[in-house]
Amino acid sequence: MDKITINYTLAYHNQTYMADQYYDPKDLRKFGKITEWSEELGTKFFDYYGKVFEEGALTAREKSLIALAVAHTEQCPYCIDAYSKDGLQKGITKEEMMEAVHVGAAIKSGATLVHGVMMMNKVTKLDG
Amino acid sequence: MGATKSLKKSENELADANRQLEILSNGIFKNGELPTFAKKIKETNQFPLRPRTLEILQINVGYMCNQVCDHCHVDAGPDRKEIMTWETMEQCLEVIRNTGAHTLDLTGGAPEMNPHFRRFVEEASKAGIKDFIVRSNLTIIRANKKYYDLPEFFKKHNVHVISSMPHWTKGKTDKQRGDGVFDKSIKALQELNAVGYGMPDSDLRLDLVYNPSGAFLPGDQASMEKDFKKALMEDFGIQFHNLFAITNLPIARFLDYLIASENYEDYMYQLVEAYNPMAVANVMCTNTISISWDGWLYDCDFNQMLGLKVNSKIKHISEYNEEVLNNRDIVISQHCYGCTAGAGSSCQGTVA
Repeated sequence: MDKITINYTLAYHNQTYMADQYYDPKDLRKFGKITEWSEELGTKFFDYYGKVFEEGALTAREKSLIALAVAHTEQCPYCIDAYSKDGLQKGITKEEMMEAVHVGAAIKSGATLVHGVMMMNKVTKLDG
Repeated sequence: MGATKSLKKSENELADANRQLEILSNGIFKNGELPTFAKKIKETNQFPLRPRTLEILQINVGYMCNQVCDHCHVDAGPDRKEIMTWETMEQCLEVIRNTGAHTLDLTGGAPEMNPHFRRFVEEASKAGIKDFIVRSNLTIIRANKKYYDLPEFFKKHNVHVISSMPHWTKGKTDKQRGDGVFDKSIKALQELNAVGYGMPDSDLRLDLVYNPSGAFLPGDQASMEKDFKKALMEDFGIQFHNLFAITNLPIARFLDYLIASENYEDYMYQLVEAYNPMAVANVMCTNTISISWDGWLYDCDFNQMLGLKVNSKIKHISEYNEEVLNNRDIVISQHCYGCTAGAGSSCQGTVA
């Protein structure tokens, strides 16, 4: 915790308010508190979330790798933090994790590049 | 590979159990950020923690080991000289012959390095204990010619072998347990298989212990077992019975690692957030007595390493009395969260 955050913390009776940064790793621990401001929706979300990650037609291991790839395409620091750890807990190797990240990266770049067809269509229509 | 010497040999401040206990009681637990373990179990009326029927006698026959694993809670290694004498072993044998416990669990260090190990196993196996466990680190079997026949020796005395195996890949195993450990462990497992250990219908029990290689909790035990079985069979033709997933407790070398890598607070948060009151009811200190190399009695091997002797007027094997011992409060501190996280953790794997 840096000095500014400490000052904010002290000033607000040991409650950490947003200081000079948008992302704080410690905020991940508070994710569950989302429910406090809307119990019904928060509870529904966490029930759904828990259910999604249960072993089903896909294994919990496969789901963890999908989550890790999506965490990267969404560029969500909290999700990367959570699913890197989750992968380790499930015995997933770093090689497997990196391959999953590349799958996400490939789809992300492919999604950009495939729009080149749109550009080609437009240019061809306008300029033969 | 990290460690080459024990904390004790390197004169690390964490070699002092009191310093460890101080760290575990200060900081986030002192300022109220996280509840102490005592406070937590009070919430579910489980304080004070009391023993159930004694089932397991766990004897640590010495801290000497041929390995220096990164996360060893014993701080074991070749430089540790604490070894159980034959005199103390005789006192243990007397207890083993009269105990109500159904399981005898020999641990270390590498128990096989105790010079009286074989004589002790021979004598103890005559006592009619139902489940006689030796926690073997596997590499000891390949460490020196004098240990090559251990698989046969174990078989002869119907010993239940439980061995550590942090991962089914060489990289992760060697990172935690030292260079070359994976290859030697694989060879040792194949030799145990060759004499009948770990085979599906065999009575010669071979179980593996998995503990995470870093600052994270173990995954689901059944899923991990499935992954281990598949990988070890496909890659090496190895079979074993069960996998026990064990949580690293924040003591000794693992505590040192957590602090040095700035993972301590996060790890303690993980343990506290994963607290499971169901696991408290079956935690291993409630059915185990741990005996140290010099005969002192503890609630578990972790308390032994923290120097927390049993809270009973009987404190030593020389004055052992099961009935008196069973009427005690179990000694707890914040490290106990390690045994109550998620599905719980014990030397026999999950408990909830």
